[in-house]
Amino acid sequence: MAVKQKLVFRFPSSVVEQPIIYRLVKDFDLMVNILRADINPNKEGRLMLELSGSESDYRRAIEWLRSEGLRIMNLKQQIIWNEDRCTQCGACSVICPSGALGLRRPEMRVSFEEDRCIVCELCLKACPARAMESLIEDRG
Amino acid sequence: MGKERTYEEINQKIRTGKAVVLTAEEVLDLIAEKGVSGAAKRVDVVTTGTFGPMCSSGLFLNFGHPRPRIKMSEVYLNGVPAYAGIAAVDAYLGATALPPGDPRNRDHPGEFIYGGGHVIEDLVAGKEIRLEAHGYGTDCYPSKKVETSFRLSEINEATLYNPRNCYQNYSAAVNLGQKTIYTYMGILKPRLGNAYYSSAGQLSPLLNDPLLKTIGIGTRIFLGGGEGYIAWHGTQHNPSAARGENKVPLGPAATIAVVGDLKKMHWRWLRGLSFLGYGATLKVGLGIPIPILNEEIMSYCAVRDEEIYTQVVDFGRDYPHGESSELGLVSYAELKSGTVRICDRDVPAASLSSYAGAREIAGILKGWIQAGDFTLTPPAAPLPSAEAGIKLQPLPQRNPYPGGM
Ligand code: SF4
Ligand code: SF4
Repeated sequence: MAVKQKLVFRFPSSVVEQPIIYRLVKDFDLMVNILRADINPNKEGRLMLELSGSESDYRRAIEWLRSEGLRIMNLKQQIIWNEDRCTQCGACSVICPSGALGLRRPEMRVSFEEDRCIVCELCLKACPARAMESLIEDRG
Repeated sequence: MGKERTYEEINQKIRTGKAVVLTAEEVLDLIAEKGVSGAAKRVDVVTTGTFGPMCSSGLFLNFGHPRPRIKMSEVYLNGVPAYAGIAAVDAYLGATALPPGDPRNRDHPGEFIYGGGHVIEDLVAGKEIRLEAHGYGTDCYPSKKVETSFRLSEINEATLYNPRNCYQNYSAAVNLGQKTIYTYMGILKPRLGNAYYSSAGQLSPLLNDPLLKTIGIGTRIFLGGGEGYIAWHGTQHNPSAARGENKVPLGPAATIAVVGDLKKMHWRWLRGLSFLGYGATLKVGLGIPIPILNEEIMSYCAVRDEEIYTQVVDFGRDYPHGESSELGLVSYAELKSGTVRICDRDVPAASLSSYAGAREIAGILKGWIQAGDFTLTPPAAPLPSAEAGIKLQPLPQRNPYPGGM
């Protein structure tokens, strides 16, 4: 069975040195799509990504990651588009790097395609009406 | 010249439900089919709309007196200060006012989460608003402090009075500099990374009556979801701006001051905004009906995005330093396509004002007129137009204390 899961990894700075992504791909045959990375030396790192592959490879990978000291949570961070707060200006369409927020022409109305959102959070403050919201729900 | 109509004839048709009303967008199809003169024969009113950030907006309030009475000299609404230098329990809340504790741009770019525009939105939405007022105490107004909360329906007056709204055209903003800047024209990425504009173009009220032949003092309008009136020309009104052959200005030109009863408005069309690194403001929905008195007026309403141009201005250096940019003109058709050609580069373009909102407002206004609820008002006096010889002036900067102090 195939798995596709968005995850947040939190890890101590000591782990940062390890080629985690490389091993996920090479040893566990997973597809990795990095959504966001906050990695500072001397600080806890945070990596948001999407893993896909076979269920058994996925389970083995998670087990290995935990043994390396990573805390792994299902990413339930969703960028929410509050349509009733949206004023349909389109300002976000040149800010959103993934095309998740885009202006439909000729209607000149904005639509949000969540599947394309890479959770970069740029829209949160760029939207003058503050119609974009981030809901984070990390589940262990 | 073809057929002429009077305001009275149009209003008679409105009252009997016979007026033909089209939005400034819909009328373009009719004009394409029947020509300006054919369309002028059929159409009585063209409705326009715009829904954009308009910083020069605000609200006159009368709170009524507490007991004992107070002469308010400092007023805060949800922490946002209102100007209290008028009568005892009157105040003016400006759209860009910020709570004293707001960090502003200390941690640049500041977020400006809640300001005057947001208070106006909350008021109109019927939310409870915290009021804190201070006075110095007089024999007639002894109270020195009042703290309470109220809703819009519980105060005597809330009169939206916006000293400058509805710009007739506006510049498109870009950034030629090397770092991202945070402006009232949005977040501008370096090296022509993007362009922002802020006009509804072919639907925009004053672009459909470029010489202000029908729009004047006393014109009844759609304001914030309710009815309002044009009170005066707006501040910074500049009808002398350069125009194209179609008389449409090629950059910011005329403006209007508008007034209306907030209690009859709707939060959808008065929205608090937070411009990252710049400040708080109010997005105002505004629509103006244009009586098709004759072919000439219809010919102005025939204007299309392809024929409306605006200047491109560099906000990286030129605008802040008060210098003009030589980046040329772009049309609203190009801007709305999402890519404009500037300095031989394809620049992604987006709007700060809402075209979908403008379209909806023009449609609502059309509905009001068709239902016979909204008749047209001939101006009590015209607004100064191209021939008035108005010149915008910079601030004199002279030493106020010659001889030194
Ligand atoms: S910037 Fe905000 S208000 Fe404007 S279209 Fe995007 S989500 Fe809507
Ligand atoms: S977080 Fe916002 S800006 Fe970033 S990809 Fe998602 S929708 Fe676009």
